[in-house]
Amino acid sequence: MTTRTAAAILTCAALLAATGCSSNFGSGSKTKQDTGSRQKLTVLIATSGDAETNSVKEAAAAYAKQSGNSVTVEVAKDMNQQLAQSFAGHKPPDVFYVNSDQFANYAKAGSLYAYGDRIKDADDFSAQLRSSFSYDGKLVCLPKDTSTLALAVNTDLWKKAGLTENDYPTTWADLKAVAGKLTKGGVTGLVTTNEYQRLGVFMKQAGGWVTNPDQSKMTSDSPQNAEGLGFVQSLLKSGALKYAQQVDTSWGGEALGKGKAAMTIEGNWLSGAMKLDYPNVKYKMVELPAGPSGKGTLAFSTCWGVAAESAHRTAAVDLVKYLSSAKQQLTFADTFGVMPSRTSTLDTYARQEPDAKAWVDSAAYAQGPVTIAGFDKVLSQFNTDLQTLSTTDPKTILAALQRNGEQALTKGN
Amino acid sequence: MSPRTTRATHNPPGDTSPASRPHKGGVPGTTGSPDAPDASGGSGPTTAPHAGRAPRAGHRRGDGRWGWLFVSPMVLVLGLFLVLPILMALWVSLLHWDGQSNPFSGQAEFAGLDNYRSLLTQDGLDRTLFATSLRNTAYYVLLTVPLQTALALMLALVVNQRMLRGRSALRTVFFFPSVTSSIAVSTVFLFLFQGSGAVNTMLSWIGIKGPNWFADSRGVLSLLLGALGLVDPDHPTGVLAAHSFMGLSWYQWLSGPSVAMCTLILLAVWTTSGTFMLIFLAALQDIPRELEESAAIEGVNRFQMLRYVTLPALRPVLFLVLTLGLISTWQVFDQVYVMGQGAPGNTTLTPAFLSYSSAFDDADFGQGAAIAFVLLALILCMTALQRWALRERNAGPGRTR
Repeated sequence: MTTRTAAAILTCAALLAATGCSSNFGSGSKTKQDTGSRQKLTVLIATSGDAETNSVKEAAAAYAKQSGNSVTVEVAKDMNQQLAQSFAGHKPPDVFYVNSDQFANYAKAGSLYAYGDRIKDADDFSAQLRSSFSYDGKLVCLPKDTSTLALAVNTDLWKKAGLTENDYPTTWADLKAVAGKLTKGGVTGLVTTNEYQRLGVFMKQAGGWVTNPDQSKMTSDSPQNAEGLGFVQSLLKSGALKYAQQVDTSWGGEALGKGKAAMTIEGNWLSGAMKLDYPNVKYKMVELPAGPSGKGTLAFSTCWGVAAESAHRTAAVDLVKYLSSAKQQLTFADTFGVMPSRTSTLDTYARQEPDAKAWVDSAAYAQGPVTIAGFDKVLSQFNTDLQTLSTTDPKTILAALQRNGEQALTKGN
Repeated sequence: MSPRTTRATHNPPGDTSPASRPHKGGVPGTTGSPDAPDASGGSGPTTAPHAGRAPRAGHRRGDGRWGWLFVSPMVLVLGLFLVLPILMALWVSLLHWDGQSNPFSGQAEFAGLDNYRSLLTQDGLDRTLFATSLRNTAYYVLLTVPLQTALALMLALVVNQRMLRGRSALRTVFFFPSVTSSIAVSTVFLFLFQGSGAVNTMLSWIGIKGPNWFADSRGVLSLLLGALGLVDPDHPTGVLAAHSFMGLSWYQWLSGPSVAMCTLILLAVWTTSGTFMLIFLAALQDIPRELEESAAIEGVNRFQMLRYVTLPALRPVLFLVLTLGLISTWQVFDQVYVMGQGAPGNTTLTPAFLSYSSAFDDADFGQGAAIAFVLLALILCMTALQRWALRERNAGPGRTR
């Protein structure tokens, strides 16, 4: 018996030793930098479609030709999982997309190389987005592009309801009135998804937001937020606003394209999707109406992360500079419909894409995404609670958000 | 090999205590002695080593060595890919590990039982989510396991009829859902159960307005009670709403599986019953015909035949099917991942999916591992309970064995 136990223990020990020695878990020392003139860079992207993949591949090839380095672009199937695995295995790609909801997790863990101080014209990027992609007061990565939310209006349904161009809503009262007028038959006035990423615009327009500007404190249970969600609730109760799932669609764009919604709140990605799926539906983008404390909308972005453990940091930053240059951003904008993140380029973009004017104009007062470590579950719980907004007191939902957020903030620090 | 090879074959393979043979009339274990079959019966300790014993014991130990050598590839594979990762995960569940450093080097902060505490005792989002996922899965298991077992048994009894024509065609048809990819089936179900999908269209023919299945987070029990006028589903009051357990009110615990969860249950029953039908079928064909014939001579009717002959003979297989069903339902992940990732209203959230999302979406791998171990403990308890419930009872005159 004893020999068997001993043998088992020995086997286990041998196995442990084997994995311990062979694994790539590093000792935490700094990665040795490659100083050769021809470096091999890998880029991992989470693409929205073939247009984006091809466009990034072309840009990378152009950079490779110009610099002499070689660049491989890979497309992730599940970005969060693939990045987490590559970080844990200490073999991260050199350059990759960092989603705003994961940014803080990676930055906190030290996986991202903060190259903000090596970008001379960093001030050209939108201030809101720069603060979203800063950690510990340092700009970590550059926003690759941006999108804002605006109101999309189905012009045919608009005319059918007897409305003119002068009736585009500029206040909450206007919005309520036109949404009510447009709701009849199989059409709902306003359709959007039940997420804070859409409904948050009303919180912003009422003068509130989830956190304070530097994201150090939760401000969710403010009366302004309650007022914003209260307005949404009144629309839901009147039937003029419905969630996308209630009309058998997965998002606002689909509802607009299928003629189930006369209006929806969506970002720049809408134009590409409408062109592809519903080329015959006519719509117009206008700025969102102003609330009690003025205009408000949300901005979204993804940034170009450079791995702290990359052996080619200098070349990687060089590649990011190339990809985020004004010229390259305009090419991306043209091929897959995103908006440049450089403020100086926005005017050129607005001329290039006159239909996107509402989104461009919204960028001036847009709120950037929440980027706090461990906040993914807090915000997804908030979205879950928003599903029941039509029957639940907004104050209850916001109090839960405040409590969960405060817990995550204490846990994160 | 030694000339005693023939002797060695008499020893039961499990007997590895060569020195424990009782001495029979002082006869030393020499070649050809006929006492081999009862070799395993003894348990007394060795007294004095016999002269003829030593080589024999050495030989048996040699056998053990060969045995270890032969099983070593499998032991190595199991150890390397199963036991070791489990131990590593157990260690990770005790850390605040964000997945970026080596969890075995001390860089990650040791948290002790913090991860378990925030799941089970500390009031907060983690516990509420975990409790919600447990509630959902409990209802899922409670409905799926009996339904799939009953359906599988019924199908097996049907296709086992010798008189039935086209038996093999039917077997293939019933088995078909099991060999289809669960991701593909889930996607098809998504379309079938849309608000304006095929299912609701069919329901509308008989005048029923179907719900928007995957967007409906209302619990079916609460709907039932609401229809009877006992509670108001939108504004629950009274005892049920006032008390809570693990962050969920009694009302939330008792509201039953949501409409969305019911479609998941339907999907699981439909896809798994084919596999279990096959297992039942194999067991049914193993029941000796004489047994059924003698029962027929006794004059039993069909129900009695099922109750007193077939079912008792199927008991071990029933145990297998229930165990497999219990384990796979507690671990349900892929349908949830495809069909809504916990939506609507967290009512399709399951521990397996929660473990995945807290690890990969919130970079809290310690928490994810802790959820996995709580789930493991739960499954072990459930299986033990079920083993106890289905144990062999020695009394009972009707037993045929």
